[in-house]
Amino acid sequence: MKVNLMNLTKKFGPVTAVERINLDIKDGEFVAFLGPSGCGKTTTLLMVAGIYKPSEGDIFFDGQQVNNFPPKDRDIGMVFQSYALYPHMSVFQNLSYPLLLKKRPKDEMKIEAQRIADMMGIGGLLKRKPGQLSGGQQQRVALGRALIKKPKLLLFDEPLSNLDARLRISMRGEIKKLQKDLGITSIYVTHDQIEALTMADRIAVIKDGILQAYTDPENLHDRPNTLFIAEFIGNPPMNLFDVEIQSEGGKLFANPGDGLKLAIPDSRKPKKTVKGRVRMGIRPQNIHIDSKEGFDTRVFLVEPMGRDDLIVCKVGNTDVHFLVDPIMRLKMEDSIKLKFDMEKSQFFDTETELSLLWG
Amino acid sequence: MKLKIVISRIIPYLLLILFTLPIIIGYVWILISTFSTRTYGLLPVDKDGKFGGFTLSNWSFLFEPEIWIVTFNTLILALGLTIGVVIVSMMAGYALSRIKFPGRKAFLSLTLILHAFPTVTLLIAIYFVLRWIALIPVLGRNIPIIGGFGYNTLGGVILVSIAIQLPLGIWLMKGFFDEVSWDMERAALIDGCSRFRTWWDVMLPQIKPGIAALSIFSFIQGWGSFIIPYTYMVNASRATVATYLNNLLSETAPTNYSMLASVGLFQLLPVLIFYIFTQKYLLSIFAGGVKGAA
Ligand SMILES: Nc1ncnc2c1ncn2[C@@H]1O[C@H](COP(=O)(O)OP(=O)(O)OP(=O)(O)O)[C@@H](O)[C@H]1O
Ligand SMILES: [Mg+2]
Repeated sequence: MKVNLMNLTKKFGPVTAVERINLDIKDGEFVAFLGPSGCGKTTTLLMVAGIYKPSEGDIFFDGQQVNNFPPKDRDIGMVFQSYALYPHMSVFQNLSYPLLLKKRPKDEMKIEAQRIADMMGIGGLLKRKPGQLSGGQQQRVALGRALIKKPKLLLFDEPLSNLDARLRISMRGEIKKLQKDLGITSIYVTHDQIEALTMADRIAVIKDGILQAYTDPENLHDRPNTLFIAEFIGNPPMNLFDVEIQSEGGKLFANPGDGLKLAIPDSRKPKKTVKGRVRMGIRPQNIHIDSKEGFDTRVFLVEPMGRDDLIVCKVGNTDVHFLVDPIMRLKMEDSIKLKFDMEKSQFFDTETELSLLWG
Repeated sequence: MKLKIVISRIIPYLLLILFTLPIIIGYVWILISTFSTRTYGLLPVDKDGKFGGFTLSNWSFLFEPEIWIVTFNTLILALGLTIGVVIVSMMAGYALSRIKFPGRKAFLSLTLILHAFPTVTLLIAIYFVLRWIALIPVLGRNIPIIGGFGYNTLGGVILVSIAIQLPLGIWLMKGFFDEVSWDMERAALIDGCSRFRTWWDVMLPQIKPGIAALSIFSFIQGWGSFIIPYTYMVNASRATVATYLNNLLSETAPTNYSMLASVGLFQLLPVLIFYIFTQKYLLSIFAGGVKGAA
């Protein structure tokens, strides 16, 4: 099912939780809503579900306006962070409840519940009450309950954030696979960018109720169109510098401080001619130790992160973060030579915070 | 050092015993006097003032039809009150907890004020209302068992009792509904429930302890209620056990205290038994109620 949101707005009294969101979701697409806490992700999702009425704007399912459809007529399934299972019903009753409400025959309910339960790997737990299940098992029941009526649209509201880190990773893969196999259009709300980047076909980044970007994970990561996206996406976060862009003999240079002059390659030339200061961004992954071409600096701090060590150095008065192999055994105060891979640099307008590279 | 701890432990108990002793003695007296001709303090005595005089004659009222009429009436009153209060409170509490509508805040504070309102001040106003209801055909005074909803009918008494009990019931139910997660309700709506079905299938089972507590509380309230049946039933001796008891106190001279005690015990017994089995639920009223008020 195709989903279109047009100028979707939700106000709670004086508070505008969601402001003029425009979004189109293709049939079978997996879209993630990503944003910090309180940015309006859940509110948007609940409007799509029909729990909240939009204050303004429209929601279309396959071209039909559904603003005034009650949730039960929208053909959707939803999975909540809190699982929201019915504690007084057994797993079987929970799973088959949507079918019961559709007045399906008992036999069909039994067969379908067993099929879904087996698919979710909880086939042996049908007689238990939700209170007798682990968090992961409960979430599988919730997922099964959302799937059993074969909805045209699946909504997820941070379904994995109550699970432990390991289970979260395996469930991530399972949900993604399930979604692809069944081909159900899905909206997945999360504040975990790894989840969004690994699972989604496209990501809608929301901040303060406003849609900041809507594009695929690769674009979001490599071609951020605003400073907010650049800072928000990627872990550890992008390093940002105040630089002056100077032109010398037809070539452009950026000076992040300490008298450094970094040549800007042609592929990263700002579209507009800019005078004065801009923000330059470079990801930790694109900073390397290079004993030949690098510039001199000292290790300020070492933070072991398991697979990598996160190193902090000072360039001018900016902290620069980057990752190195722990085998190098870098210590504080060690002298090193650093090289920025300027082919991967980003530039943003200081005032508008818009990208100077990607319009 | 140890002595100090022991004393500090004992003192609260001593105080509690001191204050509860009169009440306990009262109950003991009731028990003893129901089986005695007379009592002298806590001592059962016969006509001559000697120890003894045990008798079952105080329970002879059990063989009069009147007591069974009033017991039946009291039961109907208690059940009617319970059913009415629980049904209305379950719906009103849900609406007030979950649905935004104009006047919701005002309604909530109004019911709170009503709850604090002393019943006695309303008696005369309600009297006129009941007189007026009595004029309505059928509904007024022509319904079997409860008589109707007008003045001098059991139904009228039930109606008034429900009205007076409702503020408490509604607040209590609202408090319990407030505790149920929104997500569960949303899940039910998405699974395909109507609003009513959500309330019935999903919400009510979550607040069963609250419903139980309110039922018990209302039943006990109805069983023991006095002022309303006394005011709105003309023939007090044929109204409820409480008014029957009051009748005994005022009309027979000299008052037969032993018989009074027997009727009192007769009234108390069902409540006591009921209470023993249900106090667990009653306790949850306070837990839920406190949260609901916040
Ligand atoms: N029922 C409501 N009444 C008033 N304000 C609300 C209501 N629901 C949400 N809000 C406000 O709207 C904004 C967006 O809330 P929302 O729940 O959509 O955030 P979210 O992005 O889902 O955050 P989180 O990641 O913490 O779940 C918040 O500022 C919140 O306080
Ligand atoms: Mg949320």
